[in-house]
Amino acid sequence: MASAPSPEVLRAPLVVEFPFTRSLGPVQSAFLTGLRERTVLGVRTTDGRTLVPPVEYDPVTADEIRDLVEVSATGTVATWAWNHEPRRGQPLDRPFAWVLVKLDGADTALLHALDAPGPEEVRTGMRVRIRWAAERTGAITDIACFEAYEGPEGGEAAPHEGEFSDPVTGIVAPARLDYTYAPGRAQTAYINALSEQRTVGERCPSCHKVYVPPRGACPTCGVATTDRVEVGPRGTVTTYCIVNIKAKNLDIEVPYVYAHIALDGADLALHARIAGIPYDQVRMGLRVEPVWTEGARFPDHYRPTGEPDADYDTYKELV
Amino acid sequence: MPPAKTSAKPSVMRSVRDIAIVAFGQTDHLRSTDELSEVEMLMPVLHQVLASTGLKTSDIGFTCSGSSDYLAGRAFSFTMALDGVGAWPPISESHVEMDGAWALYEAWTKLLTGDADTALVYSYGKSSPGSVRDVLTRQLDPYYVAPLWPDSVALAALQAQALIDAGDADEPALAGVAARSRGDAAANSHAQLSGSVPQGDYVVRPLRAGDCPPIGDGAAAVILAAGDRARELCERPAWIRGIDHRIEAHSLGVRDLTDSPSSRLAAERAGAFERPVDTAELHAPFTSQEIVLRKALKLGDDVSVNPSGGALAANPVMAAGLIRLGEAAARIHRGESDRALAHATSGPCLQQNLVAVLEGES
Repeated sequence: MASAPSPEVLRAPLVVEFPFTRSLGPVQSAFLTGLRERTVLGVRTTDGRTLVPPVEYDPVTADEIRDLVEVSATGTVATWAWNHEPRRGQPLDRPFAWVLVKLDGADTALLHALDAPGPEEVRTGMRVRIRWAAERTGAITDIACFEAYEGPEGGEAAPHEGEFSDPVTGIVAPARLDYTYAPGRAQTAYINALSEQRTVGERCPSCHKVYVPPRGACPTCGVATTDRVEVGPRGTVTTYCIVNIKAKNLDIEVPYVYAHIALDGADLALHARIAGIPYDQVRMGLRVEPVWTEGARFPDHYRPTGEPDADYDTYKELV
Repeated sequence: MPPAKTSAKPSVMRSVRDIAIVAFGQTDHLRSTDELSEVEMLMPVLHQVLASTGLKTSDIGFTCSGSSDYLAGRAFSFTMALDGVGAWPPISESHVEMDGAWALYEAWTKLLTGDADTALVYSYGKSSPGSVRDVLTRQLDPYYVAPLWPDSVALAALQAQALIDAGDADEPALAGVAARSRGDAAANSHAQLSGSVPQGDYVVRPLRAGDCPPIGDGAAAVILAAGDRARELCERPAWIRGIDHRIEAHSLGVRDLTDSPSSRLAAERAGAFERPVDTAELHAPFTSQEIVLRKALKLGDDVSVNPSGGALAANPVMAAGLIRLGEAAARIHRGESDRALAHATSGPCLQQNLVAVLEGES
């Protein structure tokens, strides 16, 4: 079991979500378009076996295979597993069996779900048929699931041209994974200090460089950086760029300046926006200080301190 | 299904240079390590293998790591861990988005070329930030399978039922594998799950909680060295006599799930069948997979299988395979084994398999 979290451990939800858009080749396109039309297609290998679901290359010989055939929507359970607690995204939201089904006319098995009242109603060798989804788009989920079937066995695989009107040529497969992000010891200390409007780095015990933000390790020496030191708040612009294109949802007028800033006492420059000075007057060596907004967990931007510019030699190692 | 097309008599790969595992280290494997970042979790293990050989990071000729962005939920997550190996000034480095056993394979080939005499191999995985059962669905065929979100336990359960239907196992036999593994793990201080562990309820029938690996965080590292360099660094190096990895069709419905022909072929190419082994460290996260592998690899009852407890005792994803190589090597280092087989797997239902044969000099 997980031990009780120490109060210092920070956590935040992290959701990674992306609609993967994928192209289909000629065989996958025919198969998924076929499902939309309640037709199950397989592909014939050079040695005469029928693969369902079909692939474009023979998994044994690597031969290119394009010889499509139609198989039945009925079949036999090759193996199964009872899933009493369905998870997000799975075909049914009530207990069901995962099944590998060999459709009549096919020599290989298709993975899907079987709708059954309980595990005692499922066995290897049981006869099943496809239950089609009410709305079909050309995706594996056009098969809603399998269900028990008592009728006659389907026949042999029959040749099929694989031609349909309005063929599906691609799928969009949305994927979402949920995480709880924990930044670890060094970054937790950095974030906690920022909430007190302080910036802390960590010193390498070997080369004595101060890293900010600290990540817990010195990339030069490969050892833990455990010696915490406060840096800044003032610093020096070591280099900068002028941003002329506005990012989506960004509430900052362009042009503005984004800069690398070496905080006093740090051996690594961090980056931040510069404001409080016309964009075309920002320069290397400019002395700056952080500007905090109410309740913020990091400086909104840095502004000039009014001090004379730093001498190039004082920051040239950090450019 | 006919067997994969191969030459009639596969020849055993003979290496042109003797290469050995000279050091192995691993973390304690824990359900959660929220207080540590990946590099913070990894660094003590790196320092442990370096200290045991007396090498410094700057002495290492080649560095290779294995990990997965999908576990971390962040792109290029391995670059953060590179801080732990002193990657500045620039080093010769590579990464595989796989278990560290495959990073070891890459390092072994690098040493074979003569470009380097030593290599540091490490891998790590934190499963605690996400749901590893769901995360692993993202490695499946994205057209026909991944949209159904079949989780890793569900796919292993299909394999277990196929095994039961074939008469190769029953539920008590599966429970026996679990009990032996966790019993052996009592002697492994790094194990997450050891001793007497109840089989518990079904997770996905026929697999019960006891048939499944613990979910946890951990890291491992090994050092490889070639020829005399290995003898300088280790009293009894674990020589890699052969290593090979093979893959099967990605479609589960094409495969015979009760067999692992890719493991057998990799073992044959690695020379595993030339003489008996005394130890086998098998990467079998599910009890049913040990039964498949024992048969495929022709392991008799006289072979000590997973004396460390195996992946049923600790399964830090992306490190568990490298740990099998490390545990087998450590037994040779300690003089407890003369010839050991180490196996790593990746993908659903033993899709990809790596086998190495390790020997100590008497």
